Amino acid sequence: MHLEPKKAGWRQATAIQYLRENSGILIALLVLCVIFTINSPAFLTRVNMINVLRQISMNAIVAFGMTLVILLGGIDLSVGSIIAVSGCSSVILIVNGCPLWLGVLVGLAVGALFGFITGTIVAMAKLPPFIVTLAMMTIGRGIAYIFTGGKPTRFDAEAFNQIGNGYVGIIPIPVIIMLVTMVLCSVLLNKTMFGRHVYGVGGNRQAAKFSGIKIAKVEIAVYTICGLLAAVSGIIMASRLSGAQPTAGDGQELDAIAAVVLGGTSMSGGVGRIGGTIIGALIIGVLNNGMNLMHLSYYWQLVVKGLIILFAVYVDALKKDKTLERLFKKKRA
Amino acid sequence: MDAALLEMKDICKTFPGVKALDHVGITVRRGEVHALLGENGAGKSTLIKILGGIYVADSGEVWIDGKPADISSVDNSKREGISIVHQELCLCDNMTVAQNIFLGQEKKKALFCNDKEMNDEADRLLSTFGIQIGARDSLGGLTVAQQQMVELAKALSADARIIVMDEPTDTLTDREIQKLFEAIRTLRDKGVGIIYISHRMEEIFEIADTITVLRDGQFIGSLPVREANYHDLVTMLIGREMNDMFAALDNEVGETLLEARNINCGKQVVDCSFHLRKGEILGFYGLVGSGRTELMRTIFGVDRMQSGEIYYRGSKITVPNVQSALSYGINLVPEDRKVQGLVLIQSVGFNIVFGVLDKLYRGLRHDKKQERGTVAEYIRKLRIKTPSAEQAVQNLSGGNQQKVVLAKALATKPDVLILDEPTRGIDVGAKKEIYDIMSMLASEGVSIIMISSELPEVINMSNRIMVMYEGRIAGQLAGHEMTQENIIILATGGRKDDAS
Repeated sequence: MHLEPKKAGWRQATAIQYLRENSGILIALLVLCVIFTINSPAFLTRVNMINVLRQISMNAIVAFGMTLVILLGGIDLSVGSIIAVSGCSSVILIVNGCPLWLGVLVGLAVGALFGFITGTIVAMAKLPPFIVTLAMMTIGRGIAYIFTGGKPTRFDAEAFNQIGNGYVGIIPIPVIIMLVTMVLCSVLLNKTMFGRHVYGVGGNRQAAKFSGIKIAKVEIAVYTICGLLAAVSGIIMASRLSGAQPTAGDGQELDAIAAVVLGGTSMSGGVGRIGGTIIGALIIGVLNNGMNLMHLSYYWQLVVKGLIILFAVYVDALKKDKTLERLFKKKRA
Repeated sequence: MDAALLEMKDICKTFPGVKALDHVGITVRRGEVHALLGENGAGKSTLIKILGGIYVADSGEVWIDGKPADISSVDNSKREGISIVHQELCLCDNMTVAQNIFLGQEKKKALFCNDKEMNDEADRLLSTFGIQIGARDSLGGLTVAQQQMVELAKALSADARIIVMDEPTDTLTDREIQKLFEAIRTLRDKGVGIIYISHRMEEIFEIADTITVLRDGQFIGSLPVREANYHDLVTMLIGREMNDMFAALDNEVGETLLEARNINCGKQVVDCSFHLRKGEILGFYGLVGSGRTELMRTIFGVDRMQSGEIYYRGSKITVPNVQSALSYGINLVPEDRKVQGLVLIQSVGFNIVFGVLDKLYRGLRHDKKQERGTVAEYIRKLRIKTPSAEQAVQNLSGGNQQKVVLAKALATKPDVLILDEPTRGIDVGAKKEIYDIMSMLASEGVSIIMISSELPEVINMSNRIMVMYEGRIAGQLAGHEMTQENIIILATGGRKDDAS
């Protein structure tokens, strides 16, 4: 009997494998593009495409970090608040005379610190990540308000503006940052021991423990990376908003989770790739952009987005059902 | 004599690859405590699950009160008056005693629960057992024994005529057991038929009226307890035919490599001492729950030792975590390969090298050649049947999955290998292969601890056997002492001198 090799989470990705693995969402993306191209002449233009890429970059960067967390079997609801905290702390430092580079570095460090704290609590106190990050989300939002006094702080020095609005050639800087983080995360997951530990712990925590993997270390590192990436996104956002916004990134966690899930990463951990997440982020970005171009009301856009996420999770559940069926077929018979 | 209360005749049940029950029968009369005996895997729980409607028998008849009974589902079985008190109690800690007793069969007044009536009724039921539990007490505050009484009261409230108790005394103290026995006698005097499952012989002689023995899914015999004696029962329980499954052990046993002294960990591991020699296969036998797995988890650093000492190669070591055990060259193949052993969604290769990643990676440098080499070596050496190293482990058969877990442990080149039920749930052919591998490893000088619940396996594959009972080392057997009878006696709480 010929057995189709079941796709395993960790494998050297080749172009063909990539296309086959993600065929479902790639077709979905293509269908969306076709629909929008037919309905709006402005959609398939170079300017708009670059625009879409820039729009998705912030969500994609957060979603890469979220991919790691979800691969581990966790979730991070605090990324939206980290966006605000890191952006605000950066801007406020720079406004008060701190050098630009230092302000940005501190902003990134603040995000990483948030993630580190979350990871430590999850790993050491063994509390459910959903609750811990829910609390961190509230704390982070509070701190962002404290830093700014609740009001937006305007800041539009040219150099800072460049981060979110500048170009290298025709490519926006945020898109370049997105691509760099994508490659880094991909290498981290596919080429390093750490990446294997992530897939192993997410795939079966107990087996990882029995194999001598330091689970707490992996967990803390993953949440720290997620926090750091949220901070990267936060600084780009602050730059694009020309200042510190305590409300920045509100609800961003949901878009990031949606991108990860659309990208085929399983919510129960152990299965998924960065390459899927980027397509997930693209689908959400194209949807937003296309629906705007079609002048669909924002309220309806939310409904459509929600339905699409529901559909993605359903497909994920179907896939898992099949796996379970295979696993337990013998017992059930 | 009137018709039996329950009569199960010619019950057969087959699972893929296993004939779990082969024409098994049991007859329970009114007011009788009927003990059901058998080794692990003899078919007791399958029979009970059929009675409870959880499984449906492939063939056979069930009669209750001389009439054919329908027990094809859990509901039907309950309707016939069958109630099963499971080993793990199915009660809600957060609710009161009365709420638990009437869960799912609440008494109502119009639309609302009639708490008063339920509380009164619960008090009445509990008083028949003569115990001091109030209907309004929170269940979580009760002892396990008291909770079991509640479970019995629940069975009574549902007008149960047949109550099955599956190892009810496992977690009880002696005094609590006496209380439970009083309750059982009360029920018996009311005419309820009780099927009592226990591994503890002395209990069976105390409480049971009749004994039925199963072995390998077959009915071996049924006899009144007054006609039974310890030795006959043990003979009925064991005595399966032996074949040439087992390779003759020709390993050379060297000096003591690992010694554990007075290890304590929770209730499951009490004052355990043993030693392991180089190149030796040391069998650990015990009934389920006797603490074998827990003892080894402690040695391997999964659970923290509360007191005791471990000596390795002559010097004292501490094993605070798994990493430290691995650093000494101690590795463990866990009992449940799906839960603790494998990352099922990942490939064969991924799993085999999962424990030796630090040897394959130096920062960003990944030695793919070495990885492929290791994976290929163990696939070949253990004859793992897989289309490729890329195949997800979940698609392999149980025996091959077990070999992958074994390969994962062997890849770390252990000096001490602890195997917890290495042949559980795999077919005969794969079993033989695992035995051959063990024998080969021992010849190569690896010291092996093998936890096993299968007597032939533990007798034929061990140089020496430790038997555990209720968290303690009950005794050590070597050479000609390693007989099924001696092992069973030690494992059921008897002493070595009980043996003839």
